[in-house]
Amino acid sequence: MGEGREPSAFYVIPSEPAITPELIAQHGLKPDEYARLVKLIGRTPSFTELGIFSAMWNEHCSYKSSKIHLRTLPTKAPWVIQGPGENAGVIDIGDGLAVVFKMESHNHPSYIEPYQGAATGVGGILRDVFTMGARPIACLNALSFGDPKNPKTRALVAGVVAGIGGYGNSFGVPTVGGEVRFDRRYNGNILVNAMAVGIAEKDKIFYAKATGVGMPIVYLGSKTGRDGIHGATMASAEFGADAEEKRPTVQVGDPFSEKLLLEACLEIMAKSCVIAIQDMGAAGLTCSAVEMGAKGDLGVTLDLDKVPCRETGMSAYEMMLSESQERMLMVLKPDKEKEAEAIFRKWGLDFAIVGETTPTKRFIVRHGGAVMADLPIKELGDEAPVYDRHFVESRRRPAIDAASVKPPTPIADTLEKLIGSPDLCSKRWVWEQYDHVILGNTVQRPGGDAAVVRVNDGPKALALTSDVTPRYCEADPFEGGKQAVAEAWRNLTAVGARPLALTDNLNFGNPERPEIMGQLVGCIRGIGEASRALDFPIVSGNVSLYNETKFPGENLGRAILPTPTIGGVGLLDDFTKSMTLAFKAEGEAILLVGDTRGWLGQSLYLRNICGREEGAPPPVDLAAERRHGDFVRNLIRDGLVTAVHDIADGGLLVALAEMAIVSSIGAVLEAPSDHPAHGFWFGEDQARYLITAKDADIVAQRARKAGVPLRRLGATGGRVLALGDERPMPVDDLKRRFEAWLPAYMAGSPA
Amino acid sequence: MKSALLVFPGINRERDMARALKLMSGREPTMVWHADRELPAGTDLVVIPGGFSYGDYLRCGAIAARAPIMAAVRAFAQKGGLVLAICNGFQIVCEAGLLPGVLMRNSQLRFICRDVYLRVERSDTPFTRGYNAGQVIRVPVAHGEGNYIADGETIARLEGEGRVLFRYASPDGMIDPNWNHNGAMNAIAGILNERGNVLGMMPHPENHVEASMGCTDGRGLFAGLVDHFKLAA
Repeated sequence: MGEGREPSAFYVIPSEPAITPELIAQHGLKPDEYARLVKLIGRTPSFTELGIFSAMWNEHCSYKSSKIHLRTLPTKAPWVIQGPGENAGVIDIGDGLAVVFKMESHNHPSYIEPYQGAATGVGGILRDVFTMGARPIACLNALSFGDPKNPKTRALVAGVVAGIGGYGNSFGVPTVGGEVRFDRRYNGNILVNAMAVGIAEKDKIFYAKATGVGMPIVYLGSKTGRDGIHGATMASAEFGADAEEKRPTVQVGDPFSEKLLLEACLEIMAKSCVIAIQDMGAAGLTCSAVEMGAKGDLGVTLDLDKVPCRETGMSAYEMMLSESQERMLMVLKPDKEKEAEAIFRKWGLDFAIVGETTPTKRFIVRHGGAVMADLPIKELGDEAPVYDRHFVESRRRPAIDAASVKPPTPIADTLEKLIGSPDLCSKRWVWEQYDHVILGNTVQRPGGDAAVVRVNDGPKALALTSDVTPRYCEADPFEGGKQAVAEAWRNLTAVGARPLALTDNLNFGNPERPEIMGQLVGCIRGIGEASRALDFPIVSGNVSLYNETKFPGENLGRAILPTPTIGGVGLLDDFTKSMTLAFKAEGEAILLVGDTRGWLGQSLYLRNICGREEGAPPPVDLAAERRHGDFVRNLIRDGLVTAVHDIADGGLLVALAEMAIVSSIGAVLEAPSDHPAHGFWFGEDQARYLITAKDADIVAQRARKAGVPLRRLGATGGRVLALGDERPMPVDDLKRRFEAWLPAYMAGSPA
Repeated sequence: MKSALLVFPGINRERDMARALKLMSGREPTMVWHADRELPAGTDLVVIPGGFSYGDYLRCGAIAARAPIMAAVRAFAQKGGLVLAICNGFQIVCEAGLLPGVLMRNSQLRFICRDVYLRVERSDTPFTRGYNAGQVIRVPVAHGEGNYIADGETIARLEGEGRVLFRYASPDGMIDPNWNHNGAMNAIAGILNERGNVLGMMPHPENHVEASMGCTDGRGLFAGLVDHFKLAA
């Protein structure tokens, strides 16, 4: 440093580019955000520091647009051990065990490079779970693709599904559930939301918070390469026509290394070597080191010369922003270094001490003998900008009276069309590419209301589901948010589980647009309302904004449908008592729980059959949800029902057909006299279940006592669905249609 | 029955297998690390479980086939010891030359996880004595590379010597291309070596051993092995 030069000159590293407005913009920082940065550190940042700030302050890592709204969500309950803010949420399921789970999006990468994007999405969420000391026992994923007619859709489905399978199958975790939807609104921006669930001992949960000064910070796992640099920044901007050019920002997954990392981490944790642990996910080394220090009110010094690299000549900037996969950062107990290193060497993984904790609350990065960054660690995270963005509430839409909708086709034809439609057809083609039986605990495989996975050797089991109805959320964000939570709760209930907690993955467009922000705010309010009413707290989550694409010649991006995916976890005390949706025998009563008004607004009937995307979505009466759900769960517990199915997309008749298809047993049903038939059979009223029972009278008595509406629809039997005067529908024929569409489409048939 | 369960990096069905062995034999298997050079003394049965050893990099099973422990397994097999190799294990023993042929990518080029039906071809082996010849069992498969292929001469020998123990079949035991989910030659799901002491198979009987999990058709294989060792003792 020369005489008389200002101190900041120290930070101008000769080989680093000068800080210009263009460079700042490329890092996704707005001018006022940059001004805030300069004020915070009192000088111009170095190039590496600019990169670090862009990584910490982007939407993906800082939640700057959603934070003030997320704070309104209920996150506590007696069984919640850890709410949002850690790698994953943790809940107590008794017997000294805890469930660790979270859902996270990998949308942008999956659109750019479907196989690796989806694969690393699975890898990232698995790491979030085992970082906390849990062994992953199940994965789910919620996928939203564009219009099947869009020329890109087929390849995206193939790539994403292969990527999820490729990672999860090799890692060795069963993928047991999820959802797949198609809508043209995802044409330029698909959604890949992956959820992982693990089991840990309740008193052996590991956190990111570092404690103690002078503790060694250890780098574990794979080497650092030049992949995924700026992945998080990329995920915090809308797509332009140059989406393809962003392929180098997508990471490459190695499930083999991840499996080794899992075994090594769990082994090291069992030996009590670990003070704090954080996986390197978005913004890699930067985010993990800063979070560990900031949470523990400690400084962190990193020596990048010690970081294991895949290639030579990597700069500090590249190392700090690399999103190379399968890496972890740990703070170790100093006397356990040797023991921990031996475990990692045994598993063939890299192990290097790359830094230490300090009392200074500074984040210092050294490389090649120079200080490349020297920043206040708390402010990097805590002082990230927080926006109370302007929003406008979505326009209210009118309710649609079924009597005013002229049915274009007879009921039987309509059912055949719906059951074979992209959204409602069987997703077997997808989940057969996922190993859903590994670990030997999958009690209910994909295809039911919720997956059921035994915990260790039982008798307890978890019920797992993921749900959202994006077209409802767009038409009425508040009701749509409520509905997503209520449906997850209902699906868990339908297999007999007590819903415990949820993780939310909020996928929206550009929050700088007031109408999109209105969707986000409305959905969060709805989610909060429902989770409070149902005692179903939010313990983890992820926000993915800027899910929109600017097509050439357009000023405004085209946003996705608002898609707040809800991942729900419930508990069964005895896995052998879990309930399924298949009819069990002929001659059993079929009963409908809940009120039917024949709500057609935003229904699949209106969209797929009438070609109308209109109206208000079905309102969600949370008190009724709770009453009806508790009623059904008690029936299951007391052995009074033989099959249960939640009624959702497509309505009552679609649900009935699904029960018939999986069992190859038909049903004889009475046509309604009090409703227009199409409203009755295809309306999407909420808080409803279909159940079958040997003794309908006991169920009816109970319903009267509980104040729950119950209606007898008919009885199981035969090989056809017979509806009054309608054309009888052979179950085998329905099954063929149900199973046909997706394999045919993926084999190249026109959509 | 004293079992040794081999663990290579990337193997992931060792817990499923250990649970099934414990359940059916009453005895925990010993986990044997790939870098070890010896099997535990008194080992009756060596089990090579499923998974993705070494990430399936290079070729499925190719790297594991050359791991230090495999020399001990080869010697064990040469002395007539029983080796049960499932899924990735089957691929490993093929790569190690303990069984002929190779497992190619599934004919539809996708990973497939589903229950399949197997016709048990013989019941007079230690591995299948718990079944009847011609019996059809339901067990899951979970693999991307299970399409068994060998040259014509090898196939003719396997068939001629009765070394095909399991074939993909319809639920009523018919051999039908529609039920041969991975396109294997002669619908081969599992084969024996010449001496009859090494079995390689793609499906996972270890995942169908508990009634509470929906199906117990896999029990016969383990029950047969337990019987075999009881009689030998």
